[in-house]
Amino acid sequence: MASNEDSIRLEVTRYRPDGDSEPQLQEYDVPLRREWTVLDGLNHVKDEVDTTLSFRWSCRMGICGSCGMNVDGEPKLTCATFLSDYAPGPIRVEPLSNFPIIRDLVVDIDDFMQKLPKVSPWIIRDDDVTEIDGEYLQTPEELDAYKQFSMCINCMLCYAACPVYGLDPEFMGPAAIALAERYDLDSRDHGARERLDVLIEHEGVWGCTFVGECTTVCPKHVDPAGAIQRYKLKAAKENVKAFVLPRFLQ
Amino acid sequence: MTTPDVTEPRVHRPTMSTWWWTKKRSYFVFVMRELSSFFIAWFVAFLLVLVAAVGRGDAAYQDFLDWAAAPWMVAINLIAFAFLVLHVVTWFSLTPKAMDVRIRGEKAPAAVIIASQYVGLAVVSAFVLWLVTR
Repeated sequence: MASNEDSIRLEVTRYRPDGDSEPQLQEYDVPLRREWTVLDGLNHVKDEVDTTLSFRWSCRMGICGSCGMNVDGEPKLTCATFLSDYAPGPIRVEPLSNFPIIRDLVVDIDDFMQKLPKVSPWIIRDDDVTEIDGEYLQTPEELDAYKQFSMCINCMLCYAACPVYGLDPEFMGPAAIALAERYDLDSRDHGARERLDVLIEHEGVWGCTFVGECTTVCPKHVDPAGAIQRYKLKAAKENVKAFVLPRFLQ
Repeated sequence: MTTPDVTEPRVHRPTMSTWWWTKKRSYFVFVMRELSSFFIAWFVAFLLVLVAAVGRGDAAYQDFLDWAAAPWMVAINLIAFAFLVLHVVTWFSLTPKAMDVRIRGEKAPAAVIIASQYVGLAVVSAFVLWLVTR
């Protein structure tokens, strides 16, 4: 089928681990419908053209964070990226950058899954109060302090956009640090000291050179770059305090 | 029944090209911003040489002026100045990301933080100008 007004060409990365030594591009023409997203195009291919194409998706409404891919070189949630915005095409659909490719558009995110618990992204208390004793009450202002950083859906677009992570996979990365900041800013949490010990390392916040692309590509407006820079200020203050103050005052 | 061989899946690990920063405008601006730090260091050194020349008297100061007026020196300083401007503009515009300024409980708009830095720069520049021309 040739490209015409009612169709658009997808140039999709194929990588079959049992046969291919390198990823290759395969072209598919899909109907260009006003309400269709790139994910709808891929699902059309999967259902009607080539059942062997592999990609991740689930909710189709920008909540689950599974359908992240590079669309024309930009990390995007494919369920929120419309074909018509790229007309007349072609549209290059590739797996997210900076991750090992398992098959076609599916990447291996194990590295992130191992890093995430290191920043203890949960509420840590230093008293014996538990939720059984009642709710942890919070004012709207206290909620507002961290709410933006709590919107992360772990879609990995920020890791795909981050050249620091691409060059140094040891770097903790944008989403994990933004989540650490989210709990640090939570009035119910007492775990800031614990997280700082992890993030004050070179692979923590200091790896970041403030490219800022993580924030640009974030579909939930979390602003990981902002979180990391604020964390750097905090870490620098701790360093100065450790240098200037006697131990019992720190 | 035999157990099938379990092997690690063969993943493809993409490598980043040395020229990754030329592929996207934002990456290019980032690298130029990082590069601009060298030119900031250059101006600091230039200023120290100027101060040292002033300290050594009129003749040394005149020698410094002749050296600074050489065409190659003017060319270097013009390039350095362009990077200086890039440095100032990019870092000023990034400041609101690092600073969570709250005015009466409300988050201060980014524009206010950026504008206040330019006001600060203007005030300091005016003071330096007054100091050297009075």
